[in-house]
Amino acid sequence: MASRTRILSALRAAGAPAVPLPELPTGGQRFEDPPAQFAQSLAGVGGRCERLPSMAAVRTAVAGLPTVLQAFKIASLVPEVHPGNVALQQIEDPHALADVDVAILRGEFAVAENGAVWVPGAALGRRQALPFITQHLVLVVEPMDVVHTLHEAYGRLRFEGPGFGVFISGPSKTADIEQSLVIGAHGARSAVVFLVG
Amino acid sequence: MNRHADRAAPFIADDARMHWHDKAVWHVRSNRDRAVASVPEWESLRDIAAQVKAHTMSRLADYLETFESNALRLGAQVHWAADAAEHNDIVLSILEQRSVQRLVKSKSMLTEECHLNHFLEGHGIEVVDTDLGERIVQLAKETPSHIVLPAIHKKKEEIGTLFHHFLKTEAGASDPKYLTEAARGHLREKFLAADVGLTGVNFAIAETGGFVVCTNEGNADLGTSLPRVHIASMGVEKLIPRAADLGVFLRLLARSATGQPITSFTSHFHGPRPGTELHVIIVDNGRSGILASQAHRRALSCIRCGACMNTCPVFRRTGGHSYDATVPGPIGSVLAPAGDATRHASLPFASSLCGSCSDVCPVKIDLHHQLFLWRQELASRKLTPLSKRLASHVGSLVLQRPWLYGALGWLTRWFGRWLPRAMLYPAFNAWGRQRELPPMPAESFRAQLRRRRG
Repeated sequence: MASRTRILSALRAAGAPAVPLPELPTGGQRFEDPPAQFAQSLAGVGGRCERLPSMAAVRTAVAGLPTVLQAFKIASLVPEVHPGNVALQQIEDPHALADVDVAILRGEFAVAENGAVWVPGAALGRRQALPFITQHLVLVVEPMDVVHTLHEAYGRLRFEGPGFGVFISGPSKTADIEQSLVIGAHGARSAVVFLVG
Repeated sequence: MNRHADRAAPFIADDARMHWHDKAVWHVRSNRDRAVASVPEWESLRDIAAQVKAHTMSRLADYLETFESNALRLGAQVHWAADAAEHNDIVLSILEQRSVQRLVKSKSMLTEECHLNHFLEGHGIEVVDTDLGERIVQLAKETPSHIVLPAIHKKKEEIGTLFHHFLKTEAGASDPKYLTEAARGHLREKFLAADVGLTGVNFAIAETGGFVVCTNEGNADLGTSLPRVHIASMGVEKLIPRAADLGVFLRLLARSATGQPITSFTSHFHGPRPGTELHVIIVDNGRSGILASQAHRRALSCIRCGACMNTCPVFRRTGGHSYDATVPGPIGSVLAPAGDATRHASLPFASSLCGSCSDVCPVKIDLHHQLFLWRQELASRKLTPLSKRLASHVGSLVLQRPWLYGALGWLTRWFGRWLPRAMLYPAFNAWGRQRELPPMPAESFRAQLRRRRG
């Protein structure tokens, strides 16, 4: 702990001049049709958005997804949409998720400006690896809830206790080889977001 | 030989490759411009971000204590490292206490700065960098040449050869999709086998005790959601006061870095995952010294987006490795001399002072001005080459005396036409190595001005 004291006193002695903490913007840019903007942003980062009127319609759409039709293992935390065939409740060790083909999860809300969906970790628990280890990702935002910008997003997020949460904006990607965009670096090779209602 | 210009010479010698690199990096800058243009309030976001950082720096010790107590409350363990050696020892002791051998890392420039990989490998630990670009340079036994695009200096054919050797891809294969798929398979095995995952920290939030890690590949998430220990290494400057500040910084970061509206994965860690351990290592390693420097403390506001590199005409044409510093480019040229002024004395001169870096910086660091300040400081500490100091001295003498300036101008105009090349381009004329003097004018600018006004 000697270093702790040393670092803190060196930082205190540094004498950086006092600067007030600025007010943050609450809104920022506004979009005419946030869900349409979300769909456009998501398409721009390699994902796909569908707006559907009901969970029944999502069920039909999910059943028809090529990734779902070809999947052996489907892990679903949205049973109204798909029952799944992985007994998630019994999984203690996340390594058991290594062969999941499709994961179907709920997103809390979507962000129009950047195509991101907030996925809280609470529903995942010990299976936090699921959205990342799956080959394909399906997110369901029900009821449809789209904010314009991240300012609004952080206006409603609360981080009071321990927990994990992630903004997911499209599938996993890389451009590390000669700037060529390749979808499916380590995580999901595709990401479909359903906005419901 | 540790001058930027000398190290850049071999890079520049391959003209086609230099232009290829220039174009690749400029492409990223163009993407950034497009993304920035789509945000009407961009300039006000930059102002707010700069002020939030300046405020945080003014109370950094308080915020670190707040962060620490909140992180502890959430169940994390917090360690403090005064320098690189202490950081590496802390990581090693965490691994040794748990008798583990395999570590997966997501991108962390701090661990590059601490030379962690080399240190751990010396103690028999298998360290695997999981960011694709970092894995490429790790296999090639190199260092990242760019903080966001570590392997931007490498051609796909070279990566193909490397992967053929290490990952048994087909000989001659160089399709990025094919190579990425091979790396995916290879690294999945590493993720699944890892005992500990180490990540950097993009932003640590004082009021909540949590932190945020941004990746496009999802490697930080795979690396932390499978193993039972997560180590997060952060420099003291990564702090922000409030979670809501993320709204500003995350809008700026990815747009500035690659032109994306946000990274694919923006993960918020608050305490360990149930049943696992989370260690946060807070590292100084010279940062408190930079904070104490009135001239350079603003450089600590850097959020490591790399925009200053992508726009820099010198970086684009000389490559990241010619800087011989963990962080290259304009921001690296400001930070590196603060650590070792003698070794990095040439870096503040690896700039045209065009100011483009300052224009694109999302947190408004006055980079070109900082580089200029460093030049003055290095010269006054006699850390610049004698030839440079002598030339500045002569320049100062001449420019202070209009009559001498006029007389020398006259001499150069008349004799410059007839002097042999050997005298106009002697060995010490670095300017003339890649450039030709323009034709000597018939009369001086001042003479022209007098005549036109006349």
